[in-house]
Amino acid sequence: MASSSARRTAAWALGILGAAFSGLALGLEWNLQPAVTRIAADIHDVHTYVMVLVSVIFAGVFGVMFYSVFAHRKDKGHQAAQWHENTTVEVLWTAIPLVILVVIAWPVTKVVVAQKDTSNPDLTIKVTGYQWKWGYDYIKGEGEGISFISALATPRDQIEGRAPKGEHYLLEVDHEMVVPVGKKVRVLTTAADVIHSWWIPAFGVKQDAMPGFIRDLHFRAEKAGVYRGQCVELCGKEHGFMPIVVRVVSQDEYSKWVGEHKKALAAAADDPARTWTLDELKRRGEQVYAANCVACHQASGKGTPPVFPALDGSPVVNGPRQAQIDIVLNGKPNTPMAAFGGQLNDVELAAVITFTRNNWGNRIGDQVLPAEVKALRK
Amino acid sequence: MSAVLDTHGHADHGYHPGGIMRWITTTNHKDIGTLYLWFSFIMFMVGGVMALVIRLELFSPGLQWVDPDFFNQMTTMHGLIMVFGAIMPAFVGFANWLIPMMIGAPDMAFARMNNWSFWILPFAAALLVISFFTPGGAPGVGWTMYAPLTVQMGMGMDLTIFAVHLLGMSSIMGSINIITTILNLRAPGMGLMRMPLFCWTWLITAYLLVATMPVLAGAVTMTLTDRHFGTTFFNAAGGGDPVLYQHIFWFFGHPEVYIIALPAFGVVSQVIPAFARKPLFGYASMVSATAGIAILSFIVWAHHMYTVGMPVAGQLFFMYATALIAVPTGVKVFNWVATMWKGSLSFETPMLFAVGFLFLFTLGGFTGLVLSLAAVDIQLHDTYYVVAHFHYVMAIGAVFAGYAGVYFWLPKWTGRMYDEALGKWHFWLSVIFINITFFVQHFAGLAGMPRRIPDYPMMFEVWNKISSVGAFGFGISQLLFLYIIVSAIRSGEKAPDKPWEGADSLEWTHLPTPAPRHSFHTPPVLK
Ligand code: HEC
Ligand code: HEM
Ligand SMILES: [Cu+2]
Ligand SMILES: [Cu+2]
Repeated sequence: MASSSARRTAAWALGILGAAFSGLALGLEWNLQPAVTRIAADIHDVHTYVMVLVSVIFAGVFGVMFYSVFAHRKDKGHQAAQWHENTTVEVLWTAIPLVILVVIAWPVTKVVVAQKDTSNPDLTIKVTGYQWKWGYDYIKGEGEGISFISALATPRDQIEGRAPKGEHYLLEVDHEMVVPVGKKVRVLTTAADVIHSWWIPAFGVKQDAMPGFIRDLHFRAEKAGVYRGQCVELCGKEHGFMPIVVRVVSQDEYSKWVGEHKKALAAAADDPARTWTLDELKRRGEQVYAANCVACHQASGKGTPPVFPALDGSPVVNGPRQAQIDIVLNGKPNTPMAAFGGQLNDVELAAVITFTRNNWGNRIGDQVLPAEVKALRK
Repeated sequence: MSAVLDTHGHADHGYHPGGIMRWITTTNHKDIGTLYLWFSFIMFMVGGVMALVIRLELFSPGLQWVDPDFFNQMTTMHGLIMVFGAIMPAFVGFANWLIPMMIGAPDMAFARMNNWSFWILPFAAALLVISFFTPGGAPGVGWTMYAPLTVQMGMGMDLTIFAVHLLGMSSIMGSINIITTILNLRAPGMGLMRMPLFCWTWLITAYLLVATMPVLAGAVTMTLTDRHFGTTFFNAAGGGDPVLYQHIFWFFGHPEVYIIALPAFGVVSQVIPAFARKPLFGYASMVSATAGIAILSFIVWAHHMYTVGMPVAGQLFFMYATALIAVPTGVKVFNWVATMWKGSLSFETPMLFAVGFLFLFTLGGFTGLVLSLAAVDIQLHDTYYVVAHFHYVMAIGAVFAGYAGVYFWLPKWTGRMYDEALGKWHFWLSVIFINITFFVQHFAGLAGMPRRIPDYPMMFEVWNKISSVGAFGFGISQLLFLYIIVSAIRSGEKAPDKPWEGADSLEWTHLPTPAPRHSFHTPPVLK
């Protein structure tokens, strides 16, 4: 009795579930994101094609099985046949799947070849994965020379539940990558520390960023808009918090962006020749610290020992300047402490070091000058 | 039925300690099988609790319960413990209990080594658990342990590496034992092509283990020396390459998924004919399909690496080779369905789990085919679609086959029957909750949710809520399994000699139920 009630309960539950899932699927994101490039559209099509094919096969095979489950039952008095071989059938069901595979492989092969063709780009951008943000360097084409770091813009308060979550929660950055519509963009990926992976679902591109190696991908976005993705290779603590945002704009807007960006860069350029006061350096250093160091050493400067040491009260920070400049400039091999020499300029480095020496409980009172950092660069 | 029952009792074989010492010093394949099975169930619970911690954190967007570091440690240890602690030992337990009885051998070939193979495991498990209490905690690198993230970890990483070494040693010893037992200790007349399919799948699995565990040991040893002894195998600055690690790991890793799957195929190939009351269809093609899968499994590893940036030729080769595995796998599925066709079917709990396996494993197989297509995998790699896929084949496929086996052989092992009605409840609750857990993850993955993240964008919230509810339901349903087994052992009805009408291997036809502590001291007479 209990077993038939188990079966009846199960049938009900399955029915309700089926209805619930199909209802939900109508209202929710449940399939590949709308394609914005030719390749993403092709992937979408191939996927649909294969899904239809395998669903039909699945239904066929299990149609047979469930027929048997209902018809060939002992409790219906069905007698078991005793055959256990049939060469014709066995050859057929080895050969037919082979043919089906060829039918599937053909269109997919064409897409694979197209995915790998990164020749003749209009614009080349190098993307560098850092723990835990992305660096963008426009290295060839209009905008050459533009370079910035792009980090998560979602406030900590939203993540920790002290503020309501915004529309683009975890998918927003401080500096978006901007590219012109309709142009072939080649992205070179690399990383400074561990493996990361750069992904924009709407473009159908995903490429791991390998420390010490350069790999590439390409896309040609056919529609202006803002497209969002996330790092998809586990890269440590904040792996879930390093999104990728690409803004695709018209050619005119792109040219305007390049112009503005270059002007803004020139204006904001940290002029190493200028004389900086302690307060100015500290203020600048606070910004640099918030953008580059809080993830590990925390805003409180207390870190999360033993993995991430406290800077507040640290003997290195409160010791000779040279040793501290060295670790920030060159990092510490085999630890998450990266070499910031490549990411930050002399002024930023001088500022952040000055800031840490004169903040929280640290009260050294001296200032590190950009020239000092410059002298210690290898 | 030729019931030449081997009942002559061997009460005295010299030294027989009681209590705990019986288990520590045992060389009896049945005792050791029991140890493996209980160990595996305990690890299944530990890994399961970790999965629930993950699902709890993922119930809502935002960080609620654990910090991201601990979350990564949970993912890593859940994966390692489930693969190496729960699933693999479970099937070694089946092998120990059943292979000697199925081929008419008195015990495993190397009885003392057998004791070692098992007793290494608790030490390995202890190292994994201790790693949580070292500075920096357990490693948060994923069960794949990719370099160079591994170089940044604390000493928990070293403990994990040693644990992997120990687990590998245990597996290799177990495999040598299984190979030798099957090749040398078969009863006269038990030709290779007369063995139950379960023995065949294990023979082939054992070869896979012997071939691949040293490769994994190599990969983690190189990680160890990169961490501590200044080598740069995986560090470009010293002429190494992080991708090298991935090639080595997956050269082990892909055969590993068949190490998990083949014994499951074996169990199901015993259970389905028994409840169809009809011989297994296409025995010879089942054997060759198993061998074919095993051989192909060595040349497909880089399908886990479509996004590392391989040349076109590489993408295409690994895509074609992987898709090819669908052919022998398809043969198996067709054979199982053909075995049921025109049988005289009944659906006791073992059969329910076997049919559940057949249906859901095949579903996971089809998403595997989708993932094998390099072009499509570019979108799906490292998303929840992959998580859904491998849980369908491992967490559902292997686990359901394991449950089918436990319910099927429990009477033989203990002499007691389990409660059939409760067994059916266990099946239906499991099958419903596990599908709630994992089916929706396909949608989250397609829509773009990366795996191994402790927090996620708002559009994935509903899928994650459903999945978490399913996971807790599944977790709680497994306590019912524990209850069923314990109460069967304690107070179950006495089992008849042959509780399953259609079962026809030696342990059913030539031995009493429960199986005596020592069986087949004189080999059975086979026609
Ligand atoms: C990815 C995590 C991470 C980030 C980001 C990071 N650090 Fe570190 N930092 C570390 C770790 C880990 C150590 C300890 C290295 C060791 O084992 O000696 C460290 C050590 C240091 C030390 C030496 C402290 C001591 O007591 O040994 C200083 C100074 C320092 N970091 C400054 C910075 C500054 C300035 C920034 C931002 C520009 C920064 N770090 C960003 C992880 C990080
Ligand atoms: C049945 C209950 C289970 C639940 C609810 C569950 C849940 C999960 C979750 C939430 C993840 C994390 C996914 C991610 O962030 O990438 C995961 C990963 C994983 N699970 Fe399970 N799991 C279960 C059973 C199993 C079993 C039985 C196995 C056996 C082989 C298994 C093997 C793995 C592996 C290998 C990973 C990958 C770990 C990694 O990313 O490094 N799981 N599981
Ligand atoms: Cu990442
Ligand atoms: Cu694989």
